[in-house]
Amino acid sequence: MTKIATREAYGRALVELGRQNSQVVVLDADLSKSTMTHYFAQEFPERFFNMGIAEQSLMATAAGLALSGKIPFASTFAVFATGRAYDQVRNGIAYPKVNVKIGATHAGLTVGEDGASHQAIEDIALMRAIPNMTVIVPADGEETRQAVFAAAAHQGPVYLRLGRPAVPVIYNENYQFQIGRAHTLRQGKDAAIIACGVMVHEALKAAEELAAAGLDVMVVNMSTIKPLDREAVLAAAATGAVVTAEEHTVIGGLGSAVAEVLATEKPVPLAMVGIRDTFGESGKPDELMAKYGLTAADIVAAVKGLKGKKD
Amino acid sequence: MGLTADFPELTATARRLRRHIIRMVGAAGSGHPGGSLSAVEIMTALYFKVMRLDPARPDWPERDRFVLSKGHAAPVLYAALAERGFFPVERITTLRQLGSPLQGHPDRKVLPGVEVSTGSLGHGLAVANGMALAGRLDGRDYHVYVLLGDGELEEGMVWEGAMAAAHYHLDNLTAIVDHNHLQIDGRVEDVMSPEPVADKFRAFGWEAKTIDGHDFGQILAALAWARQVKGKPAIIIAETIKGKGVSFMENEAGWHGKAPKPEEVEKALAELA
Repeated sequence: MTKIATREAYGRALVELGRQNSQVVVLDADLSKSTMTHYFAQEFPERFFNMGIAEQSLMATAAGLALSGKIPFASTFAVFATGRAYDQVRNGIAYPKVNVKIGATHAGLTVGEDGASHQAIEDIALMRAIPNMTVIVPADGEETRQAVFAAAAHQGPVYLRLGRPAVPVIYNENYQFQIGRAHTLRQGKDAAIIACGVMVHEALKAAEELAAAGLDVMVVNMSTIKPLDREAVLAAAATGAVVTAEEHTVIGGLGSAVAEVLATEKPVPLAMVGIRDTFGESGKPDELMAKYGLTAADIVAAVKGLKGKKD
Repeated sequence: MGLTADFPELTATARRLRRHIIRMVGAAGSGHPGGSLSAVEIMTALYFKVMRLDPARPDWPERDRFVLSKGHAAPVLYAALAERGFFPVERITTLRQLGSPLQGHPDRKVLPGVEVSTGSLGHGLAVANGMALAGRLDGRDYHVYVLLGDGELEEGMVWEGAMAAAHYHLDNLTAIVDHNHLQIDGRVEDVMSPEPVADKFRAFGWEAKTIDGHDFGQILAALAWARQVKGKPAIIIAETIKGKGVSFMENEAGWHGKAPKPEEVEKALAELA
């Protein structure tokens, strides 16, 4: 199976974008070899700014560049982009609606061995709660590439949530990503799985297992968390049972966003696969995903658990 | 006022800005008069003598940029923008009212002439760095000015910005510290001393100069000096008096964020007649 890390796709997409648009600039905070912005730095050294280990300065300087007509992509690990520099993102980028794109890599438990201090598990919740912020969680390399271009074309702040490890390829270049539009990967009538990021592939695996067990399950890639594709959520609800799956705490992320729509517009039984209000720890990504309940098997169990609750 | 007598027009403008500040904060019933009044001469020099601006074209690409990092001093910025023709002076009394573009802290989205939305302290220098970097990339010769409070220097982020401005040799940027020595809880030196301010910036790779921030001769000379510094950023430490120009507000920390009552407005305006 072909795999590519979304951060790798991000780094390569920035170079491609930089060739097409001279207004694109990239900033990093001493992690360019990890966020993969070093590809851009190599090709466009005059348009790359390393701000050092200073994430607040990173975000505010990006705002200043955007206020002067540039399209800055500011990159660091998700935990620092959203936590360390929250005030700069909130008051300096989102509130004044400044055209900054935040390319946040190493999100979620799949950071692995570095442990809980480096595993952003609440970043979607933080970014989603800020007015004016668009939140995108691509599922694979191709979707990441297209999300980078879509973010650059979008006027306003964007949070791009990317991961560390190589993840299976789901899409080819025929796919068309659109901000705010979910993509249904598999139709189904018995239940629907709404997933984002690395959990999209797990959802597809789960759907195959469920098919073998006689359950016809829809799989929706909800790569834009905000603005949420409400129609896609309602279409999923038409199956009568919804399971959400995210590499994030179940408090405030994709599951919460979907629950807000369902609870107010079309209540159906809902289960959330995600991290249960706890920090992560050191370990291999696969071990962590298993320990914290983020595998295809967990999704299968959640879908089966909802079966009895359906009307 | 010493040497300010040599600048009758600027001195008259400064007095009008002070009257605007008192009137708008008085009408609002809340706001920050102390740190607005201390920065009046600095703002007057920038907006009426030094900066390349066109009020009819607030987004003119060649304009000089001003960043009010100490965003709570919004009244002095609004006074300068109104007096300079960015919006009608009559509107200053809408400060802090529902729907007014004169937000409690500056909002760039609703008031042309405001370059950066500020209010959370410490951001301005790093934002100004971004503007200076963009100016260099675009080959434009505009200059970026950023006004910092002295209490604001307690924010760690200021020093991230100070490091970066020197690292990138941003000589198209000038910072000014409104060194009025007071913050909400008392004397800056007592709450959390940033001293010695000039030496700290020099150690970070800046050129620094300390002046009397109410003396137009010294302010204009320092701003001209800053423009001539090459290869590194320059900072002007402007020694000022919080509440300057209103006898009962001068050097009183209590007037940091308190509006004058109607009779106090009258008394202040009489002093500024």
